[in-house]
Amino acid sequence: MAEQNCLVANDWICGEYLRSRSHELTDAVVQHIWITAISVVIGLLVAFPLALLARRGRHFAGPVLGLTTVLYTVPSLAMFSLLLPLFGLSAALVVTGLVLYSLTILVRNILAGLEAVPQEAREAAKGMGYGPARLLWEVELPLALPALMAGLRIATVSTVALTTVGSLVGKGGLGNLIEDALPSFFKAQVLTASVLCVLLAVVADLLLLGVQRLLTPWTRISGRPAPAAKAG
Amino acid sequence: MGVVEGAWTWLTTGANWAGENGATHRLGEHLYVSGVALLVASALALPVALYLGHIGKGGALAVNLSNVGRAVPVFAVLALFMVTPLRNSGYLPTVIALVLFAVPPLLTNAYVGMRQVDRSVIEAARGMGMSGGQLFLRVELPLAYPMIMTGLRSAAVQVVATASIAAMVGLGGLGRIITAGFNTYDTAQVFAGAVLVALLALVVEGALVALDRLLSPLRRRRTA
Repeated sequence: MAEQNCLVANDWICGEYLRSRSHELTDAVVQHIWITAISVVIGLLVAFPLALLARRGRHFAGPVLGLTTVLYTVPSLAMFSLLLPLFGLSAALVVTGLVLYSLTILVRNILAGLEAVPQEAREAAKGMGYGPARLLWEVELPLALPALMAGLRIATVSTVALTTVGSLVGKGGLGNLIEDALPSFFKAQVLTASVLCVLLAVVADLLLLGVQRLLTPWTRISGRPAPAAKAG
Repeated sequence: MGVVEGAWTWLTTGANWAGENGATHRLGEHLYVSGVALLVASALALPVALYLGHIGKGGALAVNLSNVGRAVPVFAVLALFMVTPLRNSGYLPTVIALVLFAVPPLLTNAYVGMRQVDRSVIEAARGMGMSGGQLFLRVELPLAYPMIMTGLRSAAVQVVATASIAAMVGLGGLGRIITAGFNTYDTAQVFAGAVLVALLALVVEGALVALDRLLSPLRRRRTA
């Protein structure tokens, strides 16, 4: 009975809400995850060639970095609305907006990573007969990976949060639940969806940190003595 | 393109700018809440960041705060305010939300700016017999100035963006033109509102870049 009442009493935390709406919550989380994931993956695929282009010289870097910065300045509500005539009320609208936002951080970080590759490493690879493509994939990219992953983590966390604004066109994952709960001041739904959204960002960040550790095992060698010292 | 023409017609129709729901009043609301929030956030964040940077403590706080700021959705915070009694307090819920999201970039950038001041410059200043206060005002602050302004710019961009999202929970600001357009399936109005919001953000960014150049302590020294 007490559990039934928390819906009627409009409590902030409500076990009955979690039980009776678990299906709705799962659907929202799933939508949130796939919109975020697709946006970040496409963002990465677009950012990489842009970073390579920006690396070719100042007359490319200026326009690329300038354009992505201007895009980042446009508020999300305006960005999604400006895309409305092109995409209509669709998930593609939200994904496109999120991709455009992720570009600023991703392009900057990939560029910084590539530019931080030591010139000696490049020279050595060229001396060993590496062509430009092999140099990029086998030498420069692995060395730029920590900076790239740092950018990817920032972009992913921001994208998880920004996806909620997609509820403007009904494709906002957990944001949809928040929007639906507002007219009736449904506290449990607003709080649950908000907390889940933050949790999603934290989990995504930790997952990417794990991926980064797996992909760059050499960066851990210097870090290994730390836990031993702590134990001793 | 029909939508662009429609948006132009909307923007050039005087009636759309007049009255309580007109663009002029909405723009005023937007600028008012953004300005108040930016002032309050600066008054809160900058002294703390500059002091922590001066004494060299609290780095973890400064970094973690900006990470937390990124993970929390603006829309969720505004929605949480709207299901509390705070919703009846006029512009207060918007201003509080804006301050919350403006503090992290201000604090982190000012702190990092202070810590990035070359240690050897500080040693030299101390060697010249500068006191803590002199060191802060005449060495650290001018050298940290570019980062402080970077923080102010990203905070301003954040504030203008957040103020537009306030419309999604029924609060005032230019975003209301967009949400009202969505409610009446008026794509031209949505587009017109979006152009206004985007332009406002770009103008604010541009104004702060100009202000930055005008106030830069290093520029003044060069011309003197």
